[in-house]
Amino acid sequence: MWNEIFLIPFLTGLGLAILLPLLGCYLRLRDEWLAALAYSHIAAAGALLALVGGIMPAIGGVVAAGLAGAGKRLFARRLAGGASYAVLLLGGWAVAVLLAANHPLAERLGHALFDGQLYFSGSEQLWLVAIGGAVALLFLRAISRHLLLANVYPDFFRIRGIRTWPTQTGFDVLAALVLALATMSMGVMGAFALVFIPPWLAFRRARNWQGGLLFALLVSILAYVAAFLAALGLDQPFGPVLALVLIVIGLVIA
Amino acid sequence: MSSLLQLEQLVAGWQQPATIPVDLALGAGEIVGLTGPNGVGKSTLLAAVAGRARVFSGGLRQRAGLRLALQTQDVPPVDGLPLSGRELLALTGASAAGLPPWLAERMDCRLDRLSGGQRHYLTLWAVLQAPADLVLLDEPTNNLDAAGVAHLTAHLRERAEAGAGMLVVSHDAAFVEAVCDRVLVLGGRDVE
Repeated sequence: MWNEIFLIPFLTGLGLAILLPLLGCYLRLRDEWLAALAYSHIAAAGALLALVGGIMPAIGGVVAAGLAGAGKRLFARRLAGGASYAVLLLGGWAVAVLLAANHPLAERLGHALFDGQLYFSGSEQLWLVAIGGAVALLFLRAISRHLLLANVYPDFFRIRGIRTWPTQTGFDVLAALVLALATMSMGVMGAFALVFIPPWLAFRRARNWQGGLLFALLVSILAYVAAFLAALGLDQPFGPVLALVLIVIGLVIA
Repeated sequence: MSSLLQLEQLVAGWQQPATIPVDLALGAGEIVGLTGPNGVGKSTLLAAVAGRARVFSGGLRQRAGLRLALQTQDVPPVDGLPLSGRELLALTGASAAGLPPWLAERMDCRLDRLSGGQRHYLTLWAVLQAPADLVLLDEPTNNLDAAGVAHLTAHLRERAEAGAGMLVVSHDAAFVEAVCDRVLVLGGRDVE
């Protein structure tokens, strides 16, 4: 376990297990939890597209998800009511599957992205998660009050002349980039499980917002460590094991 | 301009005009009531002052640097949200000082575990006590019992004495009578 081969993937996943549930709480606040699945699929499609084009997959994934997050508001009027996320999800999935079906290298990477093989993470990913995660947490902390205010009192938020881009486009881009980063490391469904289940439980059980963030964080870290050890010990792909552990915890707590 | 807010022959609406031309000057420390039958555009006028609704004609002037607070009839979406009363007040910068005892003791509860009346009063209080020069209130007595209305009446007067101006839309004649310095009654208009 403490061998570098396992330690680097463990620390990479641990960083994501800290970041994703916190991001998930704000996505759930905005009723945008489906965004996690959408951005993950777009990131997977972008990574495969980059691979086929001879570019580093991680760059393709991050760029594709970032563009989706930034561009989403351009189509907000046509794609209201969460339709944008369904369209992004379906588009990302379709492109990813078609690329995997028609290109041998894309097929291998596609399996890794959809299976969630955290153990392939290298030191570059660890640094990306450490630095990107720290920046993302600081940004989330800075806009947290405005995200809550914009949701609870949208009119009050607007008439006070508070700048809207950090809480709208800024948050969309942040969510897309974090999900892209997570998808590259722990796969589409592993990332989605950490974004969805801990916040779901926190919203049901916590007494207040700060308590909810802490609750989601603890559930996420507990589930992550258990899943990492179980997947390693049983020689199973990480993503499905994490999802199952979170489902069991979820059913017990909810 | 000495007034906080000045309306001159203001006609407001959404897709089309929804009010008659309205003249109004509201100064610091003054509470003005806005009443009239349903559909004459009371809430629309409030929304126009807040910059939400469209001004079709006339003038709307606000004192430079005016800080507004707006309470609408929309219920804040707090169902299923782990947000306590204390956290809600912190969002708008409102103080808990002066809250009625039946609410002050429940400040650490989640909002979705309060009664409808308690929740309404707390969400109203968060706007009412936010740092603001002009407070716009739309049917603030909805869902309040007699004790809540009495407390709100007393508190609005205190807030006005501290210098805030208020524009209050309400169907509650007794409340308007008790709290407002002046009342503007909007009449109907033919809608084309």
